[in-house]
Amino acid sequence: MAVTAQPKLDAQKLRADFPIFEQLIHGKPLSFLDSAASSQKPRQVLDAMREFYETSYANVHRGVYELAERATAGYEGARETVGRFLNAPSAREVVFTRNATEAINLVAYAWGLNNLGPGDVVIVTELEHHSNFVPWQYIARRTGADFRTLPLDDEGQLRLDALDEVAGNDQVKVVAAGMVSNSLGSVNPVDRLAAWAHDRGAIMVCDAAQGAPHRVVDVQALGADFVAVTAHKLCGPSGIGALWGRMELLEHMEPFNLGGHMISRVTIEDTSWGEVPAKFEAGTQAIAEAVGFGAAVDYITEIGLDAIEQHEHELAAYGLERLAELPWVKTYGPPADRRAGIISFNVEGIHPHDVAQILDGEGVAIRAGHHCCQPLMAKLGVAATNRASFYLYTVADEVDRLVDGLHKVRKILS
Amino acid sequence: MYREVILDHYKNPRGHGVIEGADAEAEGFNPLCGDEVSIYVSFAGDGETIEDVKFSGRGCAISQAATSMLVEMAKGRKATELAEMPKDELLEEIGIPLTPIRLKCALLGLGVLKIALHRAKGTPLPQEWAGLDELELK
Repeated sequence: MAVTAQPKLDAQKLRADFPIFEQLIHGKPLSFLDSAASSQKPRQVLDAMREFYETSYANVHRGVYELAERATAGYEGARETVGRFLNAPSAREVVFTRNATEAINLVAYAWGLNNLGPGDVVIVTELEHHSNFVPWQYIARRTGADFRTLPLDDEGQLRLDALDEVAGNDQVKVVAAGMVSNSLGSVNPVDRLAAWAHDRGAIMVCDAAQGAPHRVVDVQALGADFVAVTAHKLCGPSGIGALWGRMELLEHMEPFNLGGHMISRVTIEDTSWGEVPAKFEAGTQAIAEAVGFGAAVDYITEIGLDAIEQHEHELAAYGLERLAELPWVKTYGPPADRRAGIISFNVEGIHPHDVAQILDGEGVAIRAGHHCCQPLMAKLGVAATNRASFYLYTVADEVDRLVDGLHKVRKILS
Repeated sequence: MYREVILDHYKNPRGHGVIEGADAEAEGFNPLCGDEVSIYVSFAGDGETIEDVKFSGRGCAISQAATSMLVEMAKGRKATELAEMPKDELLEEIGIPLTPIRLKCALLGLGVLKIALHRAKGTPLPQEWAGLDELELK
């Protein structure tokens, strides 16, 4: 291994920030290996939300009284924080949504319905989470556009060489791809996809829900037109996410949800829309959750995204090495040097639900299922897989406990 | 959860196989986890008593063991009685607490058997199976 000054984090020390680890599960310490589904929450985030509710809560953008101003400052401050986190040229390009799925739906509806039609092509990848797959499939059908998928190679990486073939001579309008595969941990070359999309006159939509918690997301470097993120996977609360979009696109889009706050002027005859981002934030938003989102961004930024990425990379390499000791375990996805902290695997002859259930009895929490990636599961020829995923609070000992648990699974069920 | 009797049925399923030219048959699939069960029934000369039941499929230990237990329970009983059999009768036999997700695994075989019997008898499926609408039964 090359000796370089890598940023380091101390996961064992960080665990003390997370109250969830203070309990026993089935009498055993919790080994939480399902952070790709949702992450645990540090005290810093929980405290920020509690303090906000206890001292500064009111509806935002409405009242003229002190609390309303504090609440608005908290909410808009969170937008600034998220904007800096994504290196957005302007915080006004950050639209709060319920989650990354809603952010993608916003683009699919508000941009797609007006810009797609017969003869146009939408390309998503075979790796996609349903969140960046189903909305495009649906809007393509609604508008008469053609829906196509970019295939994978045998290691679960996108075949960029197939892009021209998939597109043919047709008018590509949208390329949609995740930054990191939630099933296989593959890291996608979004910048190269974006460059190709722009060459073809298409927009690039990036689902960074699985990227933003684990590595730097710089929307300017990615070159994408829309980037979706969610707070709950990066130590923040559930119920809040964000869409970053290029201002010139956001300004020309129709609204998504309609109602209070998103208007400029309403008469019986007509309604005009408010400015971006208000145009896309109808109704009372998840205010305290936005504050929690900001606190979570501060928390992981202070630890350092490079340090988090490096830590998870080491865990993935260690996990793959340990699982390779078990000849009855098959892992899926790219080699360690090209994957994020996610390992999907199957135990020979044993259904993932049974594997996960027995591991749960050992205090080891993993995901078993199709990971909202049914097209990918079909491609892999399996109904489901087990998935262990890591985060900044994961320690190598938890990987060892996973391996010990798998021996027990085999002892019971084989 | 994986008590001895479940493991026994999982590892040594009773009535595993296919009945060619069965009097009643159906298959079911749980898209959530990929459990698959097909059930085949043959009736005795009275057209009512269940003479033989077999099942095929693949899936988790709970779905396969529960179906194996169901096959044991079904043999020799009346078709109309089984078509009305409450879920709890099978769940008591399984005898372990099941989370909502695993409940669907456990009840897949019973749902498939009921479909087969009601279809053979031309009677409608009881309302209580509405809760299993995530299962694909055909």
